[in-house]
Amino acid sequence: MIIRAVLPAHLRTLARVDGELKVDVEGVATQRSVLDALEAAYPMLRGTMRDQVTQERRAFLRFFACEQDLSNESPDAPLPDAVATGAEPYLIIGAMAGG
Amino acid sequence: MSRVRVLVGTRKGAFVLTSDGKRESWDVNGPHFGGWEIYHVKASPADPNRIFASQSSSWFGQVIQRSNDGGQTWEPVGNKFTYDGVPGTHLWYDGTPHPWEFARVWHLEPSLSDPDTVYAGVEDAALFRSSDGGQTWQELSGLRNHPSAASWQPGAGGMCLHTILLDPGDPERIFVAISAAGAFRSDDAGKTWRPINRGLRSEQIPNPTAEVGHCVHRIAMHRSRPNVLYMQKHWDVMRSDDAGESWRETSGNLPTDFGFPIDVHAHEPETIYVVPIKSDSEHYPPDGKLRVYRSRTGGNEWEALTKGLPQRDCYVNVLRDAMAVDSLDPCGVYFGTTGGQVYGSANAGDSWSPIVRDLPSVVAVEVQTLA
Repeated sequence: MIIRAVLPAHLRTLARVDGELKVDVEGVATQRSVLDALEAAYPMLRGTMRDQVTQERRAFLRFFACEQDLSNESPDAPLPDAVATGAEPYLIIGAMAGG
Repeated sequence: MSRVRVLVGTRKGAFVLTSDGKRESWDVNGPHFGGWEIYHVKASPADPNRIFASQSSSWFGQVIQRSNDGGQTWEPVGNKFTYDGVPGTHLWYDGTPHPWEFARVWHLEPSLSDPDTVYAGVEDAALFRSSDGGQTWQELSGLRNHPSAASWQPGAGGMCLHTILLDPGDPERIFVAISAAGAFRSDDAGKTWRPINRGLRSEQIPNPTAEVGHCVHRIAMHRSRPNVLYMQKHWDVMRSDDAGESWRETSGNLPTDFGFPIDVHAHEPETIYVVPIKSDSEHYPPDGKLRVYRSRTGGNEWEALTKGLPQRDCYVNVLRDAMAVDSLDPCGVYFGTTGGQVYGSANAGDSWSPIVRDLPSVVAVEVQTLA
């Protein structure tokens, strides 16, 4: 299935892409399978969304979809149907910073 | 005619400054990797077009960039820094054991002879090496497995391996420095290590003359005399004439012996430079005067270099990796400030002028002298 994903601006620059990405995910669409597919398609993203060793989400990133914060959900839980069908994108968001 | 390329890492990107051998007119190129912290940018002595950059972010972690065309284009290479074996623990700020955790690469030191080999000094303190141009990294874990490592403790800036010196006369000999563990030397290409801190005195640790625990800020050597080392410690400027076996203080008449960088003139091994900073809690020059101090006697006797530098109302800092020299004659000296200025001197420090004034806070400055 084709999953739509949106990266934060700095990761789009790093991956040399514009706008929304589409990645092909086999089997059940989960956060882990989507992130695996993104890293396989764009190896320079390895370590920038998840820790290379622990595979834990980087602390200052959040994962959203369908107006829900999925950041602390199980990485192996199925994503909402709207994401799996491509109706809605999977959003990778950088934490707000200011000052 | 010779050219000079100054590689600048800042809190928000990298910049490449270029000039001809006169070093009067400069082109400023950048930012590269805008918005990211660039802890260090350094070129291979074996292939001046090959440059490595440490690109880091609190959001996105560590990226290593490599250029094969002198900084015009870049490609991300390997960024997987995995400690060898079970990492174990060091001491945390509260004195409790704390697992080793990779945070970032502070310093990249390309091999003197092989453009595909590069060393990385990281936080939490460890030394890595790549022999495939940065694609993969392997820890030289003999350092972190030293019996003293469980007692190493971070300084306020983190527990970072920030200095790597490769001995030009002995490919087996490597020096490193860690805040706040001290200086270490390997004589077998990084397999085994021993502390080289005899003679250091640090009142901030329970035993001021302990074998480890010293906050060494920077070590420098002249390539013609690799057994002579110069050190800027948290406090104190030090010198060793026996490859670190023993150190003696050479702060002499400096207005304060706190500071971060220290470097050596390209052609005069006894001429060294420091930037005195008021104190460890006031990270700015004394009296609001930005002064580089030069010793032509290898320490102890210092002269203030002020011409062209702000002599009032200046409260910037100069970080440990933010000073470098070129190898032209007269020797050029360069440093960057936390206020975003990069100053250069084309006459060994006698006079200075800003190459660029308004960059993001400067973390690192390196220089290439190109034919």
